[in-house]
Amino acid sequence: MSDLENFRVEVKDWLDKNCPATMRAGAPADTPIDEVWGGRKAVYKNPDSKLWLDRMGEKGWTMPTVPKEYGGGGLNKEEVKILNEEMFAIGARAPLLSFGIWMLAPVLLEYGNEAQKREHLPKIIKGEIRWCQGYSEPGSGSDLASLATKAEDMGEHFLVNGQKVWTSYADKADWIFALVRTGPKEPKHSGISFLLIDMENPGVSTKPITLISGKSPFCETFFDNVEVPKENLVGELNAGWTIAKKLLQHERKFISNFGLAAGMGSKKDVVSLAKKHFGEDEGKISNPIFRSKVIDHKMKEHAFGLTLQRAADEGGKASAVASMFKYYGTEHNKRRHELMVAASGVNGLAWDGNEFDDSEKNLTRAWLRTKGNSIEGGTSEVQLNVISKRVLELPSG
Amino acid sequence: MKLILNEEQNYLKETALSFVSEKTPVSHLRGLRDSDDQLCWDKGIWTEMVKLGWSGILIPEEYGGSNFGLTGMSVILQECGKTLTPSPLFASGVLGATALTKFGSEEQKQKYLSKIASGELTTALAIDENSHHNPNICELKAIKDGSNYVLNGKKIFVVDGASADIIIVVARTSGEDDDVGGLSMFLVESDSSNLKKVKLDMADSRNYANITFDNVSVDETMILGEIDMGLEPINEILDVGRIALSAEMLGSCEKAFEITIEYLKERKQFGVPIGSFQALQHRAAEMFCEIELTKSAVMAAMQGAEENSNDLQRLSSLAKSIVGETSYLVSNEAVQMHGGIGVTDEYDIGFYLKRARVAETILGNSTFHQERYANLTGF
Repeated sequence: MSDLENFRVEVKDWLDKNCPATMRAGAPADTPIDEVWGGRKAVYKNPDSKLWLDRMGEKGWTMPTVPKEYGGGGLNKEEVKILNEEMFAIGARAPLLSFGIWMLAPVLLEYGNEAQKREHLPKIIKGEIRWCQGYSEPGSGSDLASLATKAEDMGEHFLVNGQKVWTSYADKADWIFALVRTGPKEPKHSGISFLLIDMENPGVSTKPITLISGKSPFCETFFDNVEVPKENLVGELNAGWTIAKKLLQHERKFISNFGLAAGMGSKKDVVSLAKKHFGEDEGKISNPIFRSKVIDHKMKEHAFGLTLQRAADEGGKASAVASMFKYYGTEHNKRRHELMVAASGVNGLAWDGNEFDDSEKNLTRAWLRTKGNSIEGGTSEVQLNVISKRVLELPSG
Repeated sequence: MKLILNEEQNYLKETALSFVSEKTPVSHLRGLRDSDDQLCWDKGIWTEMVKLGWSGILIPEEYGGSNFGLTGMSVILQECGKTLTPSPLFASGVLGATALTKFGSEEQKQKYLSKIASGELTTALAIDENSHHNPNICELKAIKDGSNYVLNGKKIFVVDGASADIIIVVARTSGEDDDVGGLSMFLVESDSSNLKKVKLDMADSRNYANITFDNVSVDETMILGEIDMGLEPINEILDVGRIALSAEMLGSCEKAFEITIEYLKERKQFGVPIGSFQALQHRAAEMFCEIELTKSAVMAAMQGAEENSNDLQRLSSLAKSIVGETSYLVSNEAVQMHGGIGVTDEYDIGFYLKRARVAETILGNSTFHQERYANLTGF
């Protein structure tokens, strides 16, 4: 048997022994399966969630390609493929959802020093620390580089003052990676640093923002004379913008994948909703005008899926392509939800109460939530600017 | 299925690009049009293409081809599309070669395939009878008369039909006009008596003909495939054609876009390049995204054909539909962004617009393929 075949047998065997039944496809319908984000404040409704996270975290398989000395799985690409296939085969749930994994860890691996990697990566991988992202500010949205939260050099530490906004789940997070102004006299892009801040520090506070969907996934985060140790600076002083941009690429990639994965996998898709509410005529959606919109949308979705596949086959190069995926993926996800709401008629606009199914009430809120997709992580217009400048090399205005 | 080209396919693509850049820039098509050339393609250029082996790419080795596959053929057509290069490659090397390779008898293959590969003869596929492609409808009839069949009816918009030596004609041998089971194919020599070809003048200055069959008698050895073989096998040929044509159309889109982006960088108004205006930048960036999606759909269809995918009909319709829509967007925006010069005959961009629309109608436009995709998927 080859090494890879051996590895597959080991993985299968390990998953068989260690993946709890309620964490797999086929678990009883009433089993509480919550998304697990880890961290110091985590509450586990199902103890299996904690068990599954701990076991996967111990193996380093929440970030399987990260070297073992930093707590990762130390696997190569072929091995990761096998791990994914075997997890998929038993319908194993992702043990951990994490901004640490998606955004911070890749930049720590590239820009962090040895001590930072050893300190933070294992805790991200084990889900011990939940991270949030401190980028936008009330006065700095699309013009992110104008940010004003300042970090003053006090010798032993930085003194941080200012406000971040749109910090996802800041009220549930333990640490924040933040962009701060350390060079107030430098040109705006060259006076920014990338800082890691423990949110238990005195002076850090958060306040949830209620969205049009009625939910509060985002917060305002305030820094009032917060002392941050010097060792928490990632990369060089005033060189944070490069890191920030790199991190945004990771973020855009995962936002664009999110919508598509949801669209393709979901049973409650626009076609079945349209057939349910408009009726079927020889297998066709009965309303011909709506049907033609659905066809156009589903064909674009097919082509977009093929484009993600092609990018992977080409080796996933080019940062500007991340902008294309972010732009197209989020716009597509908005159209998908608009079509689902329209297909459902009155039932697609339910807010609360017992007259509507949970799936209908969830659809209304999900539809409203998608409006933020093309704003967060860089608006669609910003993505189009990036494509114009970086790919098409059109001149600046 | 990998959505990337292999080394040989990349090599073919590069060869084709340098060939068309050097030998057939858009001025080549313009020259043929301005001299009112009745062939609408150049025999010398075709001979060179044949020498490069392009005409035999879909033909098995034992009949003088290279059997290199549809992806190889498509990437060549994609490069031809970049300079709007006219040639019988699509009608003969794709449609004719596919029809004979898939359905020809041993004798027919011996007789015709090597001549298609060597460029000695060209073929055309006569299928449409109405202003819109609809292979379900066929009124042209072939009635058995001893060891012959007698053909009566009219085919229109036959691509390269004005120059083809052999016409592959879809005829009704049983059933009513919309009975897809009663269809058969015949090989008809274009100089047969009672066959009348009228060359069409289309907006894209390429070679098309309307062909009337008025008691055209064909020997039964000229049946291609089985009598009453029906539409399903014929669709296999059409899908290969649709995929290859999609690649050509994609090439035209890519080039029209490239020309437009260059123009946005050069053209100055208000003292600055017009490409610095966000109103144009965002439209350009959106076109970029649509072209990227189109590339993926075309690539998936080509590779699906190589691997005999059981999803090929859907992939073919996805490609032809999306490339049709992208062609529409890009050709219109290309003209608009060029401003006044874009609507002059002197400037090349208008050729791309004209070709985009005519090509979209060949073997089914976007709405035809949207409906087909939807029916195949269960929408």
